Amino acid sequence: MNYIKSVGIVGTGRALPDKIVTNKDLEQKVDTTDEWIRSRTGIGSRRVADENTATSDLATEAAKKALEDAGISVDEIDTIIVATVTPDMAFPSTACIVQKNLGADRAFAFDIGAACSGFVYALSVAENLIKGNMAKNALVIGAETLSKIINWEDRNTCVLFGDGAGAVVVKEVEEGYGIQGITLGSNGAKGEVLRQPAGGSRIPASIESVQNKLHFIAMDGNEVFKFAVRVMGQSSLETIKKSGLDLEDVDFFIPHQANIRIIDAAAKRLKLPKEKVYVNLHKYGNLSAASIPVALDEAVKEGKLQKGDNMVLVAFGGGLTWGSAVVKWSKEV
Amino acid sequence: MSLEKVKGIIIEQLGLEESMEIKRETSLMGDLEADSLDAVEIIMAIEDEFGIEIPDEAAEGFKNIGDIVDYVENNK
Ligand SMILES: CC(C)(COP(=O)(O)OP(=O)(O)OC[C@H]1O[C@@H](n2cnc3c(N)ncnc32)[C@H](O)[C@@H]1OP(=O)(O)O)[C@@H](O)C(=O)NCCC(=O)NCCS
Repeated sequence: MNYIKSVGIVGTGRALPDKIVTNKDLEQKVDTTDEWIRSRTGIGSRRVADENTATSDLATEAAKKALEDAGISVDEIDTIIVATVTPDMAFPSTACIVQKNLGADRAFAFDIGAACSGFVYALSVAENLIKGNMAKNALVIGAETLSKIINWEDRNTCVLFGDGAGAVVVKEVEEGYGIQGITLGSNGAKGEVLRQPAGGSRIPASIESVQNKLHFIAMDGNEVFKFAVRVMGQSSLETIKKSGLDLEDVDFFIPHQANIRIIDAAAKRLKLPKEKVYVNLHKYGNLSAASIPVALDEAVKEGKLQKGDNMVLVAFGGGLTWGSAVVKWSKEV
Repeated sequence: MSLEKVKGIIIEQLGLEESMEIKRETSLMGDLEADSLDAVEIIMAIEDEFGIEIPDEAAEGFKNIGDIVDYVENNK
């Protein structure tokens, strides 16, 4: 008989910079108000890394906590996958830098670029590496220092994002638990609505690219909003169905934390009551690939998940990309 | 016909009383205190309901409910 492993999350951790930037602080920098930001996004403050902190530093701290939580030693890690749009540099990958920091010499390490959906993509890759016997223990990290690619003079974008990292350890779990299904999708044709135009081979860094502010996040907010609301509902439903479940079977919903208005609209489409929907964006803003693993770690540590709970993780982001996972929580609490 | 459906969508999206008076002349942001994201959500719900796509340029031109209803009538 063909034996298919059940693969799940066995440990979580997070790292957030200490510095808090409130909406009031932003009122000093750009023409905005606390009231506007709260009512349009639900964000109250965000964390910002200092100039000496790079994405790999936050990623390493989150990884150490996740390993400790999982009771897994550094030598047991077979692969390290980092999802990020703010790598320390183009290469070495941020995952290789984390490997060095941890001393995880046995692991193969690489980054994944799927913007805010990156964590769900990375989770899917880890699941399949384990099912394909390429790895036993995977460290999956979403980490960002978006503050470094934000135009702090642009009120349309600077109020939305923050810095942080979340990590999980993925391995085989008790049969029937863990990842029940994952759906991923992309629409490259719509890529221009959310991007960082320069810094790659199309527009390498130059004095002009800096003067023209092309190294900052550029976004068509309304287009992203409409896309996000629709795709979060559709993708979640697809994965719930694929996992052999109904909407009523969903115990917990962790959406990408971009905007409370997007989360509320998506939850409404899915007829999910507020108690089942996890929200922490008022504290951190949009953490891109770090959003879901940070939220998951907080939810776990707050005791919101019981063994056997069916949880939906769903994200959308630049690319455009999206992805959702149904995970039957396998840890005793 | 479309007016009734559009009214229903607006009442539902903004969480208004069923008895709320909504006429062709009513303005979403002026009279009903919708903000720009409420307006986006209402447009989306109308797109889904009537199976049409309303481009941003068209949506930006809507001054009141009547404009929305006329657009729907002409494009469904
Ligand atoms: C960004 C977003 C909150 C903007 O919402 P919106 O209210 O529809 O904003 P609009 O772009 O229509 O702008 C409305 C007005 O508010 C202004 N505005 C934008 N940001 C502002 C701010 N921080 N403070 C005050 N006013 C602001 C705009 O300049 C515009 O003014 P104008 O009409 O005089 O030009 C919303 O589109 C959004 O959340 N989109 C998704 C973004 C996202 O999640 N991106 C990451 C995906 S991973």
